[in-house]
Amino acid sequence: MAGAEIEALIQLLARLPGLGPRSARRAALHLLDKRETLMSPLAQALSTAATSIKACTVCGNFDTVEPCAICQDRARDDSILCIVSDVASLWALERAQGYRGRYHVLGGLLSALDGIGPADLGVDDLVSRVQAGAIREVILATPATVDGQTTAHYIADRLSGLDVSVSGLAHGVPVGGELDYLDDGTINAALKARRGL
Amino acid sequence: MSRVLAQPEGLPGRRLSIRRLTLTDFRCYRHLRLETDSRPVVLTGANGAGKTNLLEALSFLAPGRGLRRATLAQVARRDSAGIWAVAAVLDGPSGRVEIGTGIEPGSTRRALRLDGEPVKAGDVAGLVAALWLTPAMDRVFMEGASGRRRFLDRLILAIDHGHAAHAGAYDHAMRERNRVLKEQGADPGWLTALEAAMAKHGVAMAAARRRGVAQLDRMCAARQGVFPAARLALMGDVEHWLDEMDEAEAEARLTKALVQSRSRDAGAGATTIGPHRTDLDVRHAAKNLNASDCSTGEQKAVLISMVLSQARVLLTEKGLAPLMLLDEVVAHLDQTRRLALFDELVELDAQSWMTGADQSLFDGFEGRAQFFQVADATILNPVADATNIHKETGNLTHEH
Repeated sequence: MAGAEIEALIQLLARLPGLGPRSARRAALHLLDKRETLMSPLAQALSTAATSIKACTVCGNFDTVEPCAICQDRARDDSILCIVSDVASLWALERAQGYRGRYHVLGGLLSALDGIGPADLGVDDLVSRVQAGAIREVILATPATVDGQTTAHYIADRLSGLDVSVSGLAHGVPVGGELDYLDDGTINAALKARRGL
Repeated sequence: MSRVLAQPEGLPGRRLSIRRLTLTDFRCYRHLRLETDSRPVVLTGANGAGKTNLLEALSFLAPGRGLRRATLAQVARRDSAGIWAVAAVLDGPSGRVEIGTGIEPGSTRRALRLDGEPVKAGDVAGLVAALWLTPAMDRVFMEGASGRRRFLDRLILAIDHGHAAHAGAYDHAMRERNRVLKEQGADPGWLTALEAAMAKHGVAMAAARRRGVAQLDRMCAARQGVFPAARLALMGDVEHWLDEMDEAEAEARLTKALVQSRSRDAGAGATTIGPHRTDLDVRHAAKNLNASDCSTGEQKAVLISMVLSQARVLLTEKGLAPLMLLDEVVAHLDQTRRLALFDELVELDAQSWMTGADQSLFDGFEGRAQFFQVADATILNPVADATNIHKETGNLTHEH
């Protein structure tokens, strides 16, 4: 069997999302096969990322500069704040290139069963940020799951006394989507959220 | 032909039939490949041979947790490291498809494939409709309401695929609320958010049950023959509110009731109001008796009535005859009822999968069904005739 070093590598790889013990073994062997072209550059990249990338203290995004490039970008609209559960959601919105406001990353969703409460998500800090700044609109872009919608409802409630408009992302027919391929829940959500043309 | 046995016309290909079933590391099966035609399937064999496991494998092709409500890890064969697969070639209204499910290496989540492509549960929810009866359901009228709710929700899920999503979301929000209520100084804003989710999904659940029970009640009440007519009624606050108000008003009322019950629920450690407490009242129509007061045999007959009626609801509403998985159902029926059941299954044009220890239980079904003998997690052979068991391999292959 593999030596202790390789076992340690496999066990660490197996902790990555989407990888189990078998795929971790495959990945470890692949890295060992491509030691010069892949393993060393990857190790270097990991080391650099571990020391230089930080969570932005303003919005929670990951970047090598503090505040992050998005928070420093003067061309962005200070009056709109989009609240997302995690950095992956922020990246998804940035890829779509349809939003030019500021962000706030919660770092999770309310989940009593997982022991994550409002304090763990820094909701007080978020409320302070909305109170202090020039924010006029808050967009809640949490996932369309029970935890995502509970978190959105909770935050909307906490912001209700402030002078900001609060909105949530629409749920319904995806662009280019055909009704025949949609599940019943999505079709009903789209019907409820129908709009005038 | 009685009225309830009349079939909708002009619905070609309405039967759902398994043409090939392949199991890998599922329960007692290391590997099994079974090829069938579209007729009903009878599996015979001794206790513990693996008959119910085959039905359970088929039940995993439909939405939900299968007929034993087992966890994904429980159905994996021992020594299989938790990896298992159930795959089938299926003929249905949209033609022939290959559908597969299981746990793939490196994952703990159930994967679904349609014609070789990964798909989400919602993409295949309408593809396989299955109804089942197992010996574990025999006491459903005698025991607590939770079993009847589960039975009802399962029947409804076969026709209303969104029902499971609402039920799951409601249950999740309720467990979250119960946990928050346990904490000292529970955040009222958090509770409000969870109660809003419970109200939204709870009322949707209750509305689906009302629609489902109304359809099933009509079909059950019209039954004639040896499986008795039955009347069904929902007993639940939210379902009753929907008699008098629309869903938006019911949501507001449930939200208010949940807010008012916070201190009581905190003390009880459980949510004391909501559709998770609903019960299903079932009455034997001719005797005007609650099903729980009927004899054991009559209770079984009422259960069969309900499942056959729901198959007819599916046929009428969706033009689809579901897979019928009937585990050890004939063993406790007298000869008249057995023959009536065979006749109705054939007339329903559903591919039913039935199990029984003894081949003679299926006398009268020869020629109309295909027989297989199961022993030690192996299909010994397709049995050409119920009285003549050959140990030959026909159009079926297996490895063990």
